[in-house]
Amino acid sequence: MVGYKFCEKFVANQAGGSYKLTVFGEEPRPAYDRVHLSEFFENQDAKKLELAPRNWYEENDIELITGERVNAIQRDLKKIQTSSGKEYTYDYLVLATGSLPFVPPIDGVDKKGVFVYRTIEDLEGMLAYAGKLKQEKPEAKAAVLGGGLLGLEAAKAVMDMGLEPHVVEFAPKLMPRQLDSRGSNVLKLKLESLGINIHLNKATSKILGNGSIEGMQFGEDDALATDMLVISAGIRPRDELAKSCDLEVGVRGGIVVNNKMQTSDPSIYAIGEVALYNQMIYGLVAPGYEMADIAVDQIIGDPDKQMTEDIDMSTKLKLIGVDVASFGEPFMPAEKGLSILFENKTKHLYKRINVSHDGQKLLGGILIGDASDYNMLHQIYLNGMDLPENVEDLILGARSGGESSFGSAMSLPDTAQICSCENVLKQDICGGLLEGKTCNLKEVMAQTKAATGCGGCKPMVTELVNETLKSLGQEVKETICEHFEYTRQELYGILKVKKVQTFDEAIEACGKGHGCEVCKPLIASILASLYNDTANKEEVIQDSNDKFLANIQRNGTYSVVPRIPGGEITPEKLIVIGEVAKEYDLYTKITGGQRIDLFGAELHQLPAIWKTLIEAGFESGHAYGKSLRTVKSCVGSTWCRYGMDESVSFAIELEDRYKGLRSPHKLKGGVSGCIRECAEARGKDFGVIAVEGGWNLYVCGNGGATPKHALLLAEQIDNETCIKYLDRFLMYYIRTAAPLMRTAAWLDKLEGGIEQLKQVVVNDSLNIADELEQEMEQLVNAYECEWKQIVEDEQLQGRFKHFINSEDSDDNLVFVPMREQKMPKAW
Amino acid sequence: MDVLTSAYKTVKESEVNVWFEVAKAEDFPKDGGVCVKYKGKQIAVYNFTRKGTWYACQNVCPHKLEMVLSRGMIGDESGVPKVACPMHKKTFSLETGENLNGDLDPIAMYPVKVENNIVYIGFSE
Repeated sequence: MVGYKFCEKFVANQAGGSYKLTVFGEEPRPAYDRVHLSEFFENQDAKKLELAPRNWYEENDIELITGERVNAIQRDLKKIQTSSGKEYTYDYLVLATGSLPFVPPIDGVDKKGVFVYRTIEDLEGMLAYAGKLKQEKPEAKAAVLGGGLLGLEAAKAVMDMGLEPHVVEFAPKLMPRQLDSRGSNVLKLKLESLGINIHLNKATSKILGNGSIEGMQFGEDDALATDMLVISAGIRPRDELAKSCDLEVGVRGGIVVNNKMQTSDPSIYAIGEVALYNQMIYGLVAPGYEMADIAVDQIIGDPDKQMTEDIDMSTKLKLIGVDVASFGEPFMPAEKGLSILFENKTKHLYKRINVSHDGQKLLGGILIGDASDYNMLHQIYLNGMDLPENVEDLILGARSGGESSFGSAMSLPDTAQICSCENVLKQDICGGLLEGKTCNLKEVMAQTKAATGCGGCKPMVTELVNETLKSLGQEVKETICEHFEYTRQELYGILKVKKVQTFDEAIEACGKGHGCEVCKPLIASILASLYNDTANKEEVIQDSNDKFLANIQRNGTYSVVPRIPGGEITPEKLIVIGEVAKEYDLYTKITGGQRIDLFGAELHQLPAIWKTLIEAGFESGHAYGKSLRTVKSCVGSTWCRYGMDESVSFAIELEDRYKGLRSPHKLKGGVSGCIRECAEARGKDFGVIAVEGGWNLYVCGNGGATPKHALLLAEQIDNETCIKYLDRFLMYYIRTAAPLMRTAAWLDKLEGGIEQLKQVVVNDSLNIADELEQEMEQLVNAYECEWKQIVEDEQLQGRFKHFINSEDSDDNLVFVPMREQKMPKAW
Repeated sequence: MDVLTSAYKTVKESEVNVWFEVAKAEDFPKDGGVCVKYKGKQIAVYNFTRKGTWYACQNVCPHKLEMVLSRGMIGDESGVPKVACPMHKKTFSLETGENLNGDLDPIAMYPVKVENNIVYIGFSE
């Protein structure tokens, strides 16, 4: 990565083009992003991790030689030799050989199933081994040796592979270089709650097993059974090349460099994890990038530029979904300063800041569980800014009045570094805006490169841009796109008042240009919410899935989901679904919404599939739409001996009422027959639960990435009242939410929250309840099954053909077998 | 996998040797796209009615190499006509083929002409 950064800076700096740059790499591929290595487990796409594609090197006249290792350096002749025996001469040589994982000399470490965590090849090896393990032993365990940053990442990776994760750390705490013991304890609790087992204070003495690993021995009778081991016990610089040509190296490895990144040979530079600077190896990206920058300057730029003396080791990361940050001096010896601590183990939160004895300056700190204030705290630390009178407000928040204890990003000094990856200062961001060279966030990012690295500073950059624009008298609002300068709510109102019916009319009435993939589906959704037009009316403005009334899958085929209201289905209908799946060779799966999904249908097969389904009495399930999906139900009082009411009957009634309803995002409902809540109704946008004396109505719950329990809107109400409140609630949401905003996020933004929502829906405080109910009634009456429309109208079937000029289907499709069914061949 | 994209090279109007007849203009959806088969190639053709122009490009999206661009939505960005892939909303200029919201390889573009209400795409072979 640092080597690549050198190339990037070199290209940017090289005005005359007088140097030829040749890059050697022993791995088979160009430089890739090791920071995000664990993402490889999610998508297994090595290309995605590439920092730049091969042709980038070509376009910039850099010769890239991969799969070839440099074996020897002849300093006197300024020559190098590669593994295939080729020789090259150099004027300057830059060593960015990085590091290797340190493998402790433990007995048995060479057994099968022991891995290190460093390269894509390591990961591929682990994946293959884990796959085999899982087949032989579904409950297989994997241990990670090392509880540092990378070790915890590795634990997440083995967990994603379906293995039971165990982290084994020698020290008495996790992330010993970044965290104190309290912080480590809170992080440990949190990780354990996520299913990761943590073993501290364990010195591994032996790897057990016969050929393959079966366990780890700690003390005399302390052992852990495990089927795989990933070693992540630190790094060792790859300085063997430097040693072989007698460059000066440190006692514990690393090539000694000065503040120009020069080694003991002035024409050889060393950067990144191989360089020993100030007696330290820096394993972070930001110092590595700075080293690359300095080396470029030394060779072809400004030779006065030198490496910073004190390197900022602050880090913020999301580890397995948990915020962890540490900045400045995380541990504080009492002679240097004092600490303020906040700990809440029930919420897995820990915050610590260290301040000078006089309480004036921030010296460092640790944040676990919530690092949203990291950027500001880090800036206060870096810039030596004055602290507020009540220093504790920095981690507790101001507890009187609504004022933030930080002030805004605007109060930072002009020279504050906002983006550390690209070294962008506040003045770089605001200056361009003030001089009129840039006029929005996108342009600022393109021009300064701020927030284009790790992206951690993006909220701060956004705030700076918005605040600066405001100071220039420009209003910043969340407009839809360049074609419509309105919020969704405003646009909804305009289209309604002007009785707009089509996209062209909408552009005519209040937009400009020709639309895009953001505004077209949005207009389609609003028009559908206003008139309940189906997606067939204007197919070219529908989003991918709505256009063909099916969910596009990873290979361009589609899935088919007929509606099964409340999850109730007759054997006859089940047989029809089975027959359709058999006839078209579709992969079938029961969905989370109590219905059946049929995958792998080709575009041209969709109308025929639906013809059969509709003849059997099915309707579109709208699984593809931003619309009502399902109303899930438990079996209810008709069969269940605990049931308080007929949850299935009510779920069917609700699903039939709101089917086809288009909304800002998808809508899910649930009805449970008693408080045991088998339908998981409180995880839905609306949930109804039977209690003594009626139904309790809950709204704005969410599963997904940010789970939320639905909140109580009304208690012990009858069916009719429940429907009345639901009509009002859903219409109010449809009218006012931002695009693609689920009900939970909408309620978060609604001023006054659930209490305000109760006022509007139950007490009709805005005096719009009648209107909302009437609008819903119109939509319910206007419902038509859009698949029925297609099946009955041959003209509408025209778009379900892969080619306009041939009856052939897409010959690019490849399926592979999986558990007696099929799946698309992987990307 | 690169085989899929390497078959597609931008053809300039001056390099056209074959004008391939596709279909009548009214067979194309207004402001939408269709896919055309030509000698084993898949070409996406867009009838940009709002601008009164036609565009043709490779059907395969360079991101995940699926044959889907013809099913994408068209529009414009700062006046540049573009198509958004239906899979992950990668957008490409319909004038130059360049990827507007990322660093993907550009898509290959082909000239289109409409004569006597018949739509033709230009190929070099």
